[in-house]
Amino acid sequence: MRLLKLVPDNTNIGFVRIRFWAFGLTALLTVLAVVAVAARGLNLGVDFVGGLMIEAQFQQAPPLDKVRSNIDRLDVGESSLQTFGDPKTVSIRLPIPESADEGATNAVVEKARKSLQGEFPGVTFTRYDTVSGKVSDELIRNGVLAVLLAVVGIAIFSWLRYEWQFGISTFVAIMHDVLMTLGFFAVTQLEFDLNIVAAVLTIVGYSINDKMVIDDRIRENMRKYRKMDMKGLIDLSVNETLPRTVMTSITVMLALGALLLFGGHVLRGFTAAMMLGIVVGTYSSVYVSSSLLITLGLQPRPLDAKETGIAGAERVGPKA
Amino acid sequence: MLDFPRWKVLWIIFVLVFGVGLSIPSLMPEETVQQVGLGRLPRINLGLDLSGGSRLLLEAETADIAKQRLEQMEEQVRTEMRRQEPRVDIGDISTSGGRLSFFVRNVAQLDAAVERIRTLTQPVGMGGQRDWNVQVVDSTRIVLTPTASGIASATDSAMEVATEIVRKRIDELGTREPSIVRQGSNRIDVQVPGLKNPEALKALLGKTAKLEFKLVDLNADPAQVAQGRAPPVSQILPYADPKDGVGIAVQRRLMISGDQLIDAQQGFDQQSNQPVVNIKFDSQGGRRFARTTQENVGKPFAIILDGKVLSAPRINEPILGGSAQISGSFTVESANELAIALRSGKLPVALKVIEERTVGPQLGADSIHAGVMASIIAIVAVVVFMFLSYGRFGLYANLAVIINVFVIVGVMALFNGTLTLPGIAGFVLTIGTAVDANVLINERMREERRRGRSVPQSVELGYKEASRTIFEANVTHAIAGLIMLLLGSGPVKGFAVVLLIGIATSVFTAVTFTRMLVVWWLKRNRPTEIHI
Repeated sequence: MRLLKLVPDNTNIGFVRIRFWAFGLTALLTVLAVVAVAARGLNLGVDFVGGLMIEAQFQQAPPLDKVRSNIDRLDVGESSLQTFGDPKTVSIRLPIPESADEGATNAVVEKARKSLQGEFPGVTFTRYDTVSGKVSDELIRNGVLAVLLAVVGIAIFSWLRYEWQFGISTFVAIMHDVLMTLGFFAVTQLEFDLNIVAAVLTIVGYSINDKMVIDDRIRENMRKYRKMDMKGLIDLSVNETLPRTVMTSITVMLALGALLLFGGHVLRGFTAAMMLGIVVGTYSSVYVSSSLLITLGLQPRPLDAKETGIAGAERVGPKA
Repeated sequence: MLDFPRWKVLWIIFVLVFGVGLSIPSLMPEETVQQVGLGRLPRINLGLDLSGGSRLLLEAETADIAKQRLEQMEEQVRTEMRRQEPRVDIGDISTSGGRLSFFVRNVAQLDAAVERIRTLTQPVGMGGQRDWNVQVVDSTRIVLTPTASGIASATDSAMEVATEIVRKRIDELGTREPSIVRQGSNRIDVQVPGLKNPEALKALLGKTAKLEFKLVDLNADPAQVAQGRAPPVSQILPYADPKDGVGIAVQRRLMISGDQLIDAQQGFDQQSNQPVVNIKFDSQGGRRFARTTQENVGKPFAIILDGKVLSAPRINEPILGGSAQISGSFTVESANELAIALRSGKLPVALKVIEERTVGPQLGADSIHAGVMASIIAIVAVVVFMFLSYGRFGLYANLAVIINVFVIVGVMALFNGTLTLPGIAGFVLTIGTAVDANVLINERMREERRRGRSVPQSVELGYKEASRTIFEANVTHAIAGLIMLLLGSGPVKGFAVVLLIGIATSVFTAVTFTRMLVVWWLKRNRPTEIHI
């Protein structure tokens, strides 16, 4: 049987040669992502802004404006509607009733249920979430903190394990991945909720995984070919790990694709974010973190110095 | 590396068989598990987003606890100053700014008063701190300030009682396996799976259930009452049902409180057949109730729940047996709810729902179905792709992935883990990333072979060199997972648990287990060429 081989043996693609173009493109895209987040903002879910979210399942796809006017007639505050990928499932977002009474939210849910069932027979409320402003503030804080800690923690790990250049390049590359993901959510206006924070952290995890593999190969080659210049060395390392990069991205994409198509509407935004993150993370492994190592002046030589330093110390030992 | 000692082989097989075995109860329907007698083995719990149900996050207002303590202290100080001879004459009591301060009229008694007040304070924790600070200001005023540790310990004990009462009330609803956990200093996390009526739960937990009986103040001028003014000995309380009127003046003095109840049941009034709550006092409470009703025959008294008047019936005759009936505008459900609340006791502090998530059972079932479907398709897709790319070595990797799926389920069951919808996503993702280790190893073997190394050497180097990379990549990946676990809330946590377990088990199955398979094959066939 002939085996499937997606990447030919011994590729020699000059990744590093076009790094300035890539830097330019990357910088442009990152700036655009930040601008998109600043200008359009994220479509934050009730997890982060507080409020009441009702998910209603209709028998047939309802006209959204009719649903909206139905809800607006109830006078329960400004509503915002959205479909969940599937036109029959509509999410209705409302502010939390002012009254401190425990029954107030239930009263709103019941009112909405009765009113909608009158106009659209067979509609059911499959779930609803109520998050108070206090809790949503905490959730935002914890989410931001989690992402930052993960990025910084990983950068510190690769700094301690390798040279400082690896720490910085990983940090920059992962920040790039995070910003691009946020930009994606700002442009598409997909709902950004707690699940998406998990997705962002997963992207961070996957992306770092990918960078570690290449970084590890660069280190190995730095030991092997002490005379080779850094550009050639990085090209070699990226080319050597290319089959693995392609294979792993494909297996992960296959798994995520199954989740996107068959995993149900609740996870759709989550999966879309991760698929994008895999692409972005793979790109940034080559064009952000590896190329940045050259700019940061990583040389095979410091390694020599370190080793002779240790050897020297050993030689001093017996004399003293 | 090519020799694999027998103990190591046995150990690997044992671990995998154990892991797979643990997964079995979780993969069977619950009824079957009970039938074949495996009910006592650990199983994976389904999160609320998969089983359907409600999660409520309740918060107590810490300020309320502090206020209550202040009121209690005021009461205690008043009694203490009168209790012993010589009585200390005090005045100008103020509780503003969270401190209790008062004026001692006779300066000569100041020291004695301070002494007596000190006996009212309690030591808290270690280090000799007390729950109140007693100071003398301007040589005439005594000021009591609550200490931080005093408030903390009061909050702690109030929350402990509140958690217990919440548990009792939920148990009364007869739901299965609720989880009631204290969170932080003043929160309670309540999860109730498969609840049909979350409104009832919320209504029940929102009730403090502070029951009081007070005489109606008949001397109050109705015109004044309508304007919200009452004589000093009385207060105006609103009706629970606005239909009964705006408010009613009742005496401040308590006839009896709900603290002395021993039972409460929903029942029906014998004449009107309206739903009511029948209550029973303990012996002391019963005597007190008998005495006050005897003294006040013909007068109306108010039944007050959480500061609202349920009804104000007339005392037709002395109530002697220690039993009484609470009437009001009840439905059977609301009467039953009140009975439960009264039986379980009064909450020491009001609880507010600050977060609620309710998932209908249908959506939960749909999500499980979709999740299982997605997982199976993901596994099939990855397995086919790996086989096409790596042939025999792909098969080994596939065997490892499939065993890994079971082991993850088994490990989760072992830790009594909860599977949530994002957890399923983590599961599917793990299937995709678990083969990464095998990809790294196989690609490395290909490379070494191309460089002209012999088959056994290539295999050995492939595993050796790739293992280092795999270790590093997974450690960093686990850092992200750990942070999610520590800082994440709800769904993020559920996802992180699966991810972390998946990282740990996949390294074992993808590296150790496949290496054993490859070594077996090498030993038996001594191939001179590998297709990879």
